[in-house]
Amino acid sequence: MKPTNTKDPEYYHKVVDCQYACPAHTPVPEYIRLIAAEKYTEAYMVNWESNVFPGVLGRTCDRPCEPACRRVRVEEEPVAICRLKRVAADNKGDVKNYMPQGPFQPNGKKVALIGGGPASLTVARDLAPLGYEVHLFDEQPAGGGMMRSQIPSFRLPEEVLNEEVNYILDLGIHTQFLTYVNSLKDVLEGGYDAVFVGTGAPKGRDLPKLPGRKEGDKFIHIGIEWLANVAFDHIKSISKKVIVLGGGNTAMDCCRTSRRLGGKDVKVVVRSPFDEMKASPWEKEDALHEDIQIIDNHVPLSFEVEDGKLIGMKFQKVRPVYDENGKRQLLPTDEPEVFIEADEVLIAIGQENSFPWIERNIGLDFDQWGMPVVNEKTFQSTLPKVFFGGDAAFGPKNVITAVAQGHQAAVSIHLFCEGKDLLDRPSPYTNLISQKMGIHEWSYDSAVIIDQRYIVPQAKKSVTLKDRKKEVELGFDVPTAYKETQRCLNCDVQTVFTADRCIECDACMDVCPTSCITFTANAEEPELRQNLLVPAENLSQDLLVSKELKTGRVMVKDEDVCLHCGLCAERCPTSAWDMQKYFYSVTKAYQMPSPLPAIQK
Amino acid sequence: MSYLKPLFRHPKLPKNKLGYTLKEYEGSLSTLCAGCGHDSISAAIVQACFELSIEPHKVAKISGIGCSSKTPTYFLGNSHGFNSVHGRMPSVATGANMANKDMVYFGVSGDGDSASIGMGQLVHVIRRNLNMVYIVMNNGCYGLTKGQDSATADQGSKSKAGSINPFQAIDLASLAIELGASFVAQSFSGDKLQLVPLIKAALHHKGFAFLNVISPCVTFNNNPGSTKSYDYVREHIEATSSLDFVPEMPEIKTKYDEGKSTRVAMHDGTLIQLNKLANDWDPEDRISAVNALQKARSKNEILTGLLYVNTEWNDLHGTLNTHQTPLNKLKEEDLCPGDEALKEINDGFR
Repeated sequence: MKPTNTKDPEYYHKVVDCQYACPAHTPVPEYIRLIAAEKYTEAYMVNWESNVFPGVLGRTCDRPCEPACRRVRVEEEPVAICRLKRVAADNKGDVKNYMPQGPFQPNGKKVALIGGGPASLTVARDLAPLGYEVHLFDEQPAGGGMMRSQIPSFRLPEEVLNEEVNYILDLGIHTQFLTYVNSLKDVLEGGYDAVFVGTGAPKGRDLPKLPGRKEGDKFIHIGIEWLANVAFDHIKSISKKVIVLGGGNTAMDCCRTSRRLGGKDVKVVVRSPFDEMKASPWEKEDALHEDIQIIDNHVPLSFEVEDGKLIGMKFQKVRPVYDENGKRQLLPTDEPEVFIEADEVLIAIGQENSFPWIERNIGLDFDQWGMPVVNEKTFQSTLPKVFFGGDAAFGPKNVITAVAQGHQAAVSIHLFCEGKDLLDRPSPYTNLISQKMGIHEWSYDSAVIIDQRYIVPQAKKSVTLKDRKKEVELGFDVPTAYKETQRCLNCDVQTVFTADRCIECDACMDVCPTSCITFTANAEEPELRQNLLVPAENLSQDLLVSKELKTGRVMVKDEDVCLHCGLCAERCPTSAWDMQKYFYSVTKAYQMPSPLPAIQK
Repeated sequence: MSYLKPLFRHPKLPKNKLGYTLKEYEGSLSTLCAGCGHDSISAAIVQACFELSIEPHKVAKISGIGCSSKTPTYFLGNSHGFNSVHGRMPSVATGANMANKDMVYFGVSGDGDSASIGMGQLVHVIRRNLNMVYIVMNNGCYGLTKGQDSATADQGSKSKAGSINPFQAIDLASLAIELGASFVAQSFSGDKLQLVPLIKAALHHKGFAFLNVISPCVTFNNNPGSTKSYDYVREHIEATSSLDFVPEMPEIKTKYDEGKSTRVAMHDGTLIQLNKLANDWDPEDRISAVNALQKARSKNEILTGLLYVNTEWNDLHGTLNTHQTPLNKLKEEDLCPGDEALKEINDGFR
């Protein structure tokens, strides 16, 4: 293999598994260390700079970082990254002073943001400090989009959401709430230099063809619409017996909200097997904890209506069958149809994009599925002035993805308004700096703790089920949070190897607890992977290969299960190994100044 | 500074016949200087014991004083250990071995411990052919007292402070062959491919197995001009053979060139497969081994590999014709013949 090019900003970035897996690439180990040091305000700002909604995400994020956590590969349970983020938000001091301070020198450009959800708000935050005049339109009475209408208050208290939405609106955003935009053409004629569409995926899927759907309409609701009605206090109760159709997080929110509005016998009925449900495992756990029954492998057949009143639903039992590619098919079993009683049904089987307000003759192309044609890198539509982001761009995902796309769309809008090439994007900000404090002394806590994941305490069920606004999770207390931070392996503190200094004493190879380092003859990657002390079979993890050493061998390090304990560097007599902290911040239109370093191109 | 090694290991670490991974053979985190050759030798011992599936509780590590003699703390943490008086490891090892011959004995020593203060003990333990593995971690200097030349420092070798050693070096390998050691090998801490099979072969040798391992002192004797530095040793190393230790007797699959491959059968039926790199050398011929060593020395080469092996000589228990049951397992009734027998013996002297 050729020597690894560690100058490529993505090489060390990839080693920081959590950060790499995060769509917004939040510097996770960095803020976890700040929490351990009780610097909650700084930890919050590291988050805010990157993901804009630390308090919201610390409670509701889909946490793509956690399955990626290195801890999973050496122990079992990942660091509770998401809930540590909440600790920063809960314990922070005055953060406003660290945020951009308006009023900003206007740059004469005007942008319209349609939809007030996470994507639009991110664009607003990135563009406002650059002097853009930002106009935000939303049909709801307040900003936040689906974070407000779909995430129930027992998971995300309104104060937390309001606080973080207001940090952005306070940057001088011109908001036009309770304003449904019904024509993009009209907006385009409003003299904006660019338009960003962040309208999400607002249409809940229905089962229009299922027998009984029309007859029972009064008792059947679309999940996200129902949740929004609950959030805005239009709906305050539900019947005793409730069926929730669907197996995603919306279904979990529906059933748990039902329990709080009077539902006693709440059942979730889902087509797929329990383990393959789309809902996050912890959401399912919380639902089960609230006495909600989850019935899997049941396909709905009909709504049963008697005397104009819904009495229940019929289902066909199915079993999953997998072909050789692992593709699943649900085949009916021989068992008879199943009838489940219900007074009301909530349909939470997915949501779709809907753009009835965009005229199809203004040069904005849509594909065969009715989705706008959007460049995956620049988020620009075929109408150069119009950009998309969040669920509106590529279908429903999650808040953190919407934020990540918002950042990129803002970069594009800024480049576009400056008349620059959208594909020639500024590099990410990176920094690599030695953590050596003295002989065998590091500036980070290098010891590897074997503690297992700590559990986040919850409020009592008897209390939370009575009040839909009572938050269930209490968050880590400070001492537990500290213990949980210590489980982080500091993967951003990189093992940096300088071949010219190596005397090949083997000390690093001998001491490495996880046998990551091997000195061996060079070969092509597949062969080299097999020749290591323990074969490197996790192909998603790279090999760090040095240039040829004096004896003709090369140093090969398998990044897979490296604990970043620093022992290789401690046992290295010549400092050929050094522990260096890698900071990576995604390209943004407006890079925060201190406490974070500014972007330079 | 880390005082403890993290407890996590590679989840796919291979297991040996006992179901153990390398972890069960490791010791505590080394406190020797970073980059010390001794740590590599420790790692080679760990590897060899792991590969041979030796039960850790059946091993005794005995050492004297010095950097090298600290190393038993850093390998085989689940085995027995005895850190004895300076240079007196052979006596303790002899005593232990006499009491319980069922154990594997690792004597770990350095050039000071063996070639200076303990020389008198070393020569006698060789002479007695005690069944043990005796490893000298040879760095040519007294590392623990800031790097003075030791008795194995080569004449003309330059110390870190710049002085040239005026004295002849004691060649431990030649000495061991001369005194009748039945297994003599020489190796280099930086060459585990050679060192691990050598240790494995030594462990299977019944008798005194002597390994002189050049082990650079990174702090005091790794300077230009030193003949025990990583660079010097790598440049001047000359192997007698490449060696495979064959625990069981498989069929010969690889065909070696005529006259270049030798097999030596050990007492327990295991084999050493030697692929000779040096001509006119026979590992079972003492004279050719001594010649090879002398020739190498005259060319400033460091001859490594298995130099000499004799599987016919009795070890100390054989020579003394001791009881088959280890002494420590004999009961009082086995050892004490009783009043009658004592009276008979006493009467014999009257």
